Amino acid sequence: MSFFEGVELLKKDKARGKRKLTGSEKREARTGLAFLSPWMIGFVLFYLLPMIASFVFSLYDFNPAVPDQAKFIGFENWQRALVIDEEVRLSFFRTIHFMAISLPITLSFTLFLAVLMNSEHVIGKNIYRTLFYMPTMIPLVAGVLVWNGVLNEQTGWVNVIIEKLTGIEAVGTEGLRWLADPKLVYYAYTMFGLWGVGNGMIIFLAGLQGVPTEIYEAAQIDGAGWWRRLFRITVPLITPVIFYQLVLSVIASLQYFLAPFVLNDGTGFPEGMTRFYMVYFYKQSFSFFNMGYGATLAWLMFLVALVLTAILFGTAKYWVYYASEER
Amino acid sequence: MAKNKVVSKNMRVAGMKLGLTGLVLAVLFLFLIPMFYGIVTSLKTDNQLSIIGAPWWPAAEGSFNYEGKDYDVYSVPMEDGTVRELALYKKGRKVSEFVDPKNPEAGPFEWEGAWRQLERVWSFSPQWSNFKEAWDTVNFPRLLWNTLVYASVTTFGAVFSSALVAYGFSRFKIPGKGVLFMLMLSTVILPSAVTLIPTYFVFLKLGWVGTWLPLIIPAFFSWGTNTFLLRQFFMSIPRELDEAAMIDGASPLRVFVSIILPTSGPALTAVGLFHFFWAWNDFFGPLIYLAGNPDKFPITVGLTAFNNLYSQSTNLIQAASLISAVIPVIIFFLAQKQFMQGVVVTGVEK
Repeated sequence: MSFFEGVELLKKDKARGKRKLTGSEKREARTGLAFLSPWMIGFVLFYLLPMIASFVFSLYDFNPAVPDQAKFIGFENWQRALVIDEEVRLSFFRTIHFMAISLPITLSFTLFLAVLMNSEHVIGKNIYRTLFYMPTMIPLVAGVLVWNGVLNEQTGWVNVIIEKLTGIEAVGTEGLRWLADPKLVYYAYTMFGLWGVGNGMIIFLAGLQGVPTEIYEAAQIDGAGWWRRLFRITVPLITPVIFYQLVLSVIASLQYFLAPFVLNDGTGFPEGMTRFYMVYFYKQSFSFFNMGYGATLAWLMFLVALVLTAILFGTAKYWVYYASEER
Repeated sequence: MAKNKVVSKNMRVAGMKLGLTGLVLAVLFLFLIPMFYGIVTSLKTDNQLSIIGAPWWPAAEGSFNYEGKDYDVYSVPMEDGTVRELALYKKGRKVSEFVDPKNPEAGPFEWEGAWRQLERVWSFSPQWSNFKEAWDTVNFPRLLWNTLVYASVTTFGAVFSSALVAYGFSRFKIPGKGVLFMLMLSTVILPSAVTLIPTYFVFLKLGWVGTWLPLIIPAFFSWGTNTFLLRQFFMSIPRELDEAAMIDGASPLRVFVSIILPTSGPALTAVGLFHFFWAWNDFFGPLIYLAGNPDKFPITVGLTAFNNLYSQSTNLIQAASLISAVIPVIIFFLAQKQFMQGVVVTGVEK
């Protein structure tokens, strides 16, 4: 898991201490830094300075169309975002609400697929793996448009099939309006996301294949059933992989933007439900060009992401299993 | 007794195999339904989509040309209990005249009943022309070309710069390397919005907004995930190889070019594919930097604009979506092994 690689390196740094470098070590360091320079320059130009500038922007009333009229307003933007502008709070909680629905469904579906693809009892696994992966390759915009069609309340196949199979009246304006009913729309959006489980599936699968078979055999001799083995051995052993997926998914969901933008141009249809935080940020920054306020919203998102990541990393020691502890 | 036990165990395993494989097939079927829907819908006529009770497959309402005029074909229940497909020749409230397309020489004959109660006959008729229409309306050659150039150039830049940086991280003792590495990893999970506005403003001042430059230039300064992946791979190349070359007097750059790069084919391919697909999918960047310049749009943004303009033409939208998916899917099928290995390295390897 990538983040812990960095921790190891940090430890090595510390172990080396602050002793003076010899001439040849200096030369080596200099050559190394030369190779790192593309990244270091890029880091300063595209991450560090913009982040600082972004914070400075947040203290201004600023529109790029009339940069001369930029006005220093202190923390007014922050006050507006945190206290006055209700939409910030609303769009943030919509994002969290959507995350609470889509993340568990998506992660468990991914794990479910990986477990199936790892089962010795499934015939022709490689073909299925490729086919389950394939939609991940379809550009997201195209995928969203296809789903938009198949979930159409009148002509979409999902409703037709539900009606044929269960007899529930699903088709039509009285039926299941996946994209127009505020209660259903997050589930519909979650379904779009299921087409992107390919990477997660492959990563989980590799994690599952890394679980030593001796452990299973030992557990089987002890009489542990399939479910017990899954939840007591398999899942705990691949928690590092789950953790990695979880962190990436949380950060990605915070920035959820594409589907609501492609389907209804960020209007929030239905009833504002899909005006997520990133959509609101886009509207403020690139439709109204309130870039000072936009920068404030961006910084807020950064702080939220930081807190969420910190929480996740903080809980990691209670549930993520590290084989490296034994090394 | 023992024999029976073996047999029952075999039976159970066979049952498991059947059950689980069936389960996978069922899930796979549900999973791919939207794709079947997309393909089928892209081949329908506008007309079919608006008719309630039309078949689910691409079809056209049958018609028959009789003496130089087209007549609609209906399925007509006959007195003897059979149902025949007949062309409605002359409409009447209680009695209508029909022609049998299979036997037009017999001429029109009368049928008693209300023709409005009859159902039309549909025949399989895929509209391949939808693809041509979508291709022309969306200006696909332009979009594909833009996307291809964007994806290729940034892929080259990202792979090359990431390889350089990864070499630096994998081979040299540098004070503070851990901190730098952590910083690099943290950029992977940094929400892009937080750097966006000042970067946009600088590019605007440079006059680059509305061009490809803001999207291409940053790719040449290496990417966190790519660099991580390549570093993992370079770490696995035996150091004896570069040390031997060093003794022969090769410079670090020379070692990089003549030893590291040639031995890293699979890793470089994986990173290249990643970046290529990432760029092919990229939406937010082009949306912001190319707003108002439809000539420069990549497929994703062009497809969205098309969807906004033609949201009623479901068939054309499905056709356009399928066209934009074809190239990535083909490349994936050709290179899936390298690709999936790359995914594994970023996600699992320590």
